[in-house]
Amino acid sequence: MEQRTINYDFDEELLGFEEPEKAPEEPLGTARKLSLAVLGFGILMFALQAMGMPLSGSWTGFLLAFLPVLFGTVFYFYIDFKGTVPGIKHDNIYFRGITSKGALGWLVGVVFTGFYIALYWFPEYLSGGIKIVNPLSVALSGSPANNWFFYGFLYTLAVLIFGVRMFMKYRHNRYQKIRTASVMFFQLGFAFLIPNILMLFNQPEFYLSYFWPLKYDYLFPGTVSYLVNHPGGLGMFLIFWGAVMSFIATPLLTYYFGKRWYCSWVCGCGGLAETMGDPWRQLSDKSKKSWRIERWVVHSILVFIVVTTVLLWINSATSGSVFGESSMSLKKWYGFYIGAIFSGVIGVGFYPIMGTRVWCRFGCPMAAVLGIFQRYLSRFRITTNGGQCMSCGNCSTYCEMGIDVRAYAQKGENIVRASCVGCGVCSAVCPRGVLKLENGGTFKDRFSGSDKPLGALIDSLKHV
Amino acid sequence: MRVVIIGNGVTGVSAALSIRRLQPDWEIIMISGESSFHYSRPALMYIFMGHMSYKDTKPYEDSFWQKNRIDLVRGWVTEIDVAGKKLIMHEKDPIAFDKLLLATGSKSNKFGWPGQDLGGVQGFYNLMDIRLLYENVKGARSAVIVGGGLIGIELAEMLHSRNIHVTFLVRESSYWTNVLPIEESQMINRVILEQGIDLRLSTELKEIVGNDSGRVRGVVTNREEFIEAQVVGLTAGVSPNIALAKASGIQTGRGVLVDWSFRTNIPDVFAAGDCAEIITEGEQRNLIQQVWYTGKSQGKVAGEVMAGKESVYDPGIWYNSAKFFDLEYQTYGTVRNVSVEGESNFYWEHPDGSRSVRIVTRGGAVCGINIMGLRYSHRVCERWVAEKRSLEYVLDNLAEANFDPEFYEKCEEQIIREIKKQAA
Ligand SMILES: Cc1cc2nc3c(=O)[nH]c(=O)nc-3n(C[C@H](O)[C@H](O)[C@H](O)COP(=O)(O)OP(=O)(O)OC[C@H]3O[C@@H](n4cnc5c(N)ncnc54)[C@H](O)[C@@H]3O)c2cc1C
Ligand code: SF4
Ligand code: SF4
Repeated sequence: MEQRTINYDFDEELLGFEEPEKAPEEPLGTARKLSLAVLGFGILMFALQAMGMPLSGSWTGFLLAFLPVLFGTVFYFYIDFKGTVPGIKHDNIYFRGITSKGALGWLVGVVFTGFYIALYWFPEYLSGGIKIVNPLSVALSGSPANNWFFYGFLYTLAVLIFGVRMFMKYRHNRYQKIRTASVMFFQLGFAFLIPNILMLFNQPEFYLSYFWPLKYDYLFPGTVSYLVNHPGGLGMFLIFWGAVMSFIATPLLTYYFGKRWYCSWVCGCGGLAETMGDPWRQLSDKSKKSWRIERWVVHSILVFIVVTTVLLWINSATSGSVFGESSMSLKKWYGFYIGAIFSGVIGVGFYPIMGTRVWCRFGCPMAAVLGIFQRYLSRFRITTNGGQCMSCGNCSTYCEMGIDVRAYAQKGENIVRASCVGCGVCSAVCPRGVLKLENGGTFKDRFSGSDKPLGALIDSLKHV
Repeated sequence: MRVVIIGNGVTGVSAALSIRRLQPDWEIIMISGESSFHYSRPALMYIFMGHMSYKDTKPYEDSFWQKNRIDLVRGWVTEIDVAGKKLIMHEKDPIAFDKLLLATGSKSNKFGWPGQDLGGVQGFYNLMDIRLLYENVKGARSAVIVGGGLIGIELAEMLHSRNIHVTFLVRESSYWTNVLPIEESQMINRVILEQGIDLRLSTELKEIVGNDSGRVRGVVTNREEFIEAQVVGLTAGVSPNIALAKASGIQTGRGVLVDWSFRTNIPDVFAAGDCAEIITEGEQRNLIQQVWYTGKSQGKVAGEVMAGKESVYDPGIWYNSAKFFDLEYQTYGTVRNVSVEGESNFYWEHPDGSRSVRIVTRGGAVCGINIMGLRYSHRVCERWVAEKRSLEYVLDNLAEANFDPEFYEKCEEQIIREIKKQAA
């Protein structure tokens, strides 16, 4: 045996594989430098105004800050990808600190988290920024900007900018392009423009793309009676819309397409994860243990929100004689711990640490409902291509939901998991063409036992 | 009963699992000097390029082995004491066995090129080679890769991702044309050039030239051209890793010689996967299969036989897949690089040159399908070949085989039109 071989004792488990040395790169071209300069100018304008530069609060100020940010980043992403051959672009992901939990990754995590803390509890720290977006708020909704408008604006901007990045990154993949266009459309239209414009016409601020149980208060008695009593027919329509979406469209669409119709095509939380979150999707934990935790936590939250909703209704029907204030405090507790801390602070703040779908995976009650339908009563499945899998692990690595896709693929089994949001990235990154997202002709041929969905559901409960 | 498996690659693992399935109580020990746990060899390139961390390439969680009571030993076997039924280990106590499986894989070919032992010259097969590559790319600006196969192009992609200028020497007149028909091969040539790799066709390595400190400085080709390089990758194929078996009196040819149930000439000693050469009666050449899935299926059968079940290996209908930079390739059945008597080739290529389908028929039945840039279903293509379907039938049902992601451009109509034209 060769000396080199027999003496080899590198501990790959402990030491792993760091970044190999790289030959010097060509300096950034002028186009890239220019786009970075434009971006820098926008950020500078924003910072100066936030600190009290007189332009703040005017359209000029708004445009001076955000147009350069928009164009600078979009242009940067455009040329960054334009110079490459279309295909999977994952070189160096595990070498860059920002995408592999290095110092920069943690820093970004802290900044995101800090932003959410300020947003929820100390909005006064955001007043500089809020003032800058004021002209847009007044134009859209007729009322001055507050922290939520500022947040919605930044959120939408992020989805659009990073949506363009997704477009460029996956310009060889039509599924990804169409899906990205869809989340951009729903975020901009349904989650940003329409709610604000509704307010302009003195209508309730209502997000047509969010439903109970994700937007848990949409079926709370308080919201419903507010909408019912709202002058004009729209309030009634909105209740109707919300109820139909929650109880009819959700099961039906999930039956035909899987939960993806919502989670990675419509939902704003998913929209941000799929666009701005894309560089961090590989950080989701794939272990069986985290899968177990996920099932417990997400279903507990679902139970909690259902119970709260029911209690609130009983309470309102009996004018508070049964549960008194306790159901209100449940509602507040949920709003604080789940609505604010979980979905915001951890959900987005921890993107660079725990991956992009922490909320969707562990917290979202909507995802839990969709997941139950998807698992037991849906045509959707990911099929695997016979024996072609060579267990490389790209699919599992890039599954943002932490599904160990490879575990199924290497056995040639379909992947039918409640949590799969149908983002299609596993299929895109597979170098051997093994995975295909499909809506089959029937739900019965997805896994053994799927012809008796109720039995399968009960079985799975037994294993808890 | 104690079964010992040398090698924790896909073959060894597949055998261990099939033994465990049949023999819940047997002791199973799996040994490898390369890594503590099983990892996916085809994923090596992704570690080096930063797509995945090493732990992402492990197909099973670490707890899996304990759960299945498969004991893992990290170390090198230096000798097999066939008569005494024990393994001599490097710096470790010997390990006794009742039954032994050799799943030692392959090793990179070296053809005795002048200068092949210089510093900076290496093959690419295992983690040792990756570590060596880490050393060799330090300060490197340009590299030469010798040998135009699947591993060569992966190594080219890896070095390219480190911004190292790669010159790719291919002996044949077109990349991998000793396996692929010329059209597919040329499609890959284009892909390689598009990436900015300096592809030199019909070019052979004559000599590797070193500097005073014993490191490579460049290579000289058969055209007497000098190409500067600080790294030279030798990727002219692999051959079965048989040194250990050979030194221990187990019968070997090109590989460890076994029958169709993976028995060697020594009782209770078996061999499977990349390292095995299956003795084939008659005119056919002995069978050596060196890909992932064959390791998996050979290991499964070998495990069954070792566990006491009558089992014979059936190679089934050949298939394989690969990716050349961003171009995916799948093949089902038999497609030869040149057309032979009695076979007809039908070939469609997308007008933009990025996708193609080739259907080969023999005696009126479809016997092979090559796909570039599209995804086709293994099960469907395999069934067509097994059932000896006619070209007409295959064309009529072509859409059934499409395995591309949703919303992808469907090319079946074009394909059918073109191939019908050629068939007429
Ligand atoms: C870079 C690369 C890319 C590849 N890509 C593909 C692909 O995409 N698709 C495909 O189908 N195939 C691919 N292959 C081939 C495929 O990886 C092999 O066919 C397969 O790994 C063989 O498995 P095996 O278990 O037989 O041997 P191996 O995986 O080689 O495992 C043998 C193990 O035995 C150990 N061993 C050997 N001797 C000793 C000893 N004396 N003591 C202790 N341990 C020992 C070695 O350390 C090694 O870990 C690729 C191969 C390489 C090198
Ligand atoms: S990416 Fe493809 S080949 Fe790799 S493990 Fe997943 S399914 Fe298998
Ligand atoms: S399994 Fe695939 S499609 Fe589903 S969430 Fe994971 S990566 Fe997306």
